[in-house]
Amino acid sequence: MRTLRTLRTLRNLRALTPLRVLPGIALLAFGSGASAGVLPDDRADVFYSQYSGGGMHIDTASASVQKKITEDLAVSGEYLIDKVSGASVDVLSNASVIKDERHQKGVNVQYLHDKTTYTLGFTNSAERDYISNTPHFTISQDMFGDLTTITMGFSSTRNRIGDNIGTALVPNVVWVGHSQSHSYSLGLSQILTRNMIAGVTLDVITDAGYLANPYRFIRFVDVTNPAKGYSLGAQVYPDTRTSTAIEGRLKYYLPYRAAAAVSYRYFRDTWGIRANTVEFDYTQPIRNLWILEGRVRVYEQGHATFYSDLYPAANYQNFEGRDKELAASKSTTFGFKSTYAFLPEGWKMFKRGTATFDISRMQIRYSDFRDIKDYGLPLYKPGEEPEYQFDATFWQLYLSMFF
Amino acid sequence: MSPSRCRVILFAATLCAMGVLQGCSGGIQPWVKPYERDRLADPIMLWDRDAASTAFLDHVYESREGSRGGTGAAGGGCGCN
Repeated sequence: MRTLRTLRTLRNLRALTPLRVLPGIALLAFGSGASAGVLPDDRADVFYSQYSGGGMHIDTASASVQKKITEDLAVSGEYLIDKVSGASVDVLSNASVIKDERHQKGVNVQYLHDKTTYTLGFTNSAERDYISNTPHFTISQDMFGDLTTITMGFSSTRNRIGDNIGTALVPNVVWVGHSQSHSYSLGLSQILTRNMIAGVTLDVITDAGYLANPYRFIRFVDVTNPAKGYSLGAQVYPDTRTSTAIEGRLKYYLPYRAAAAVSYRYFRDTWGIRANTVEFDYTQPIRNLWILEGRVRVYEQGHATFYSDLYPAANYQNFEGRDKELAASKSTTFGFKSTYAFLPEGWKMFKRGTATFDISRMQIRYSDFRDIKDYGLPLYKPGEEPEYQFDATFWQLYLSMFF
Repeated sequence: MSPSRCRVILFAATLCAMGVLQGCSGGIQPWVKPYERDRLADPIMLWDRDAASTAFLDHVYESREGSRGGTGAAGGGCGCN
């Protein structure tokens, strides 16, 4: 049906993560490691990353600067470009590959008053068929002898969603809808002992509007299509979604100058998705030159209530979706990070610098999403194709200069 | 759970948490003194040394999973799909 058509896949994920540029923007600019009461160090970063897996190849480059104007006022800015090529399996099942770019710009202002830090920011993300604007506000308060930090955040995003019915060279974007998201977050960081710190974060996110993805399709049994045994149809998502996520973290300073951390997150939403995430981290410095870090992350989720890999008939139910992100899945990720500190005595205006390389390997296995791109009749009947799975590798390289 | 109900619960939880902590500050004294926080001040004890890097990782995960939020550093990133 939509063969030989250029598709946008950057946005394919947005049907599920419309707030992806929201809650962390203030943290992105100012560093979540900084607590209220002290503004972070001035720094400039250049960042490059690459993702490859599941048919997708994505290059990202960004530059950011944060600078204290006075002791209680800081500003920051960021510019980021994504370049995407390829397409995921659910897009490739009915269409051609794509190439596209996304540009993101963000500014933040941070003000410190006594033990309270206020952060106000704005982010714009634009690509050919998707425009997103997000103002956000965060307040952090140190209390209880600075043993406790409470953070509250709010952000609101307005998205304009398009559908490119043209090609990569001759795009023709038809705007298909709008959506709006609100994110409410509450965080608590608590020093427990002289060696241990704990944290809890609660996020509630609400979405309304066009939440489906125009580039993905459901499939249903169709005996009138003997070549495949099924046909494709449009997805119909609910117009609203509310999700709640709560995460607890614990970090411990080991007796020989190293740190171990563990975190657990529980997620649920009104679409019926339930998910659990567990992550372990170990950090080992070597003298004052290197910091090495290893991590393991295990994730599992159940499918959305309206999701199906194969519906029994066309228009079988009121809401229908086949995004693989709505399917039940499990994933395991192993990561390694190495940071090298240089210029310990400083150089010109710079006090010090760090260079960091971070690489991860992720394995994803789906339990009710089938690979209809590579398998089908006559070997496999509809609904009996092998479950889809893929591995992905992603790495980051960045340089940070502190001044 | 309706969005309005979630907002009410979140707001109430915030007030309760701040009330409890304010109450604690009146009765219980901070048990880790400032001069005992040298290990906690070590950079390896930061939740997140490089927020842009963590945001990238969280975004990769969010792009491939149905869940979102809760990590304290989600968002921003590469548009991975």
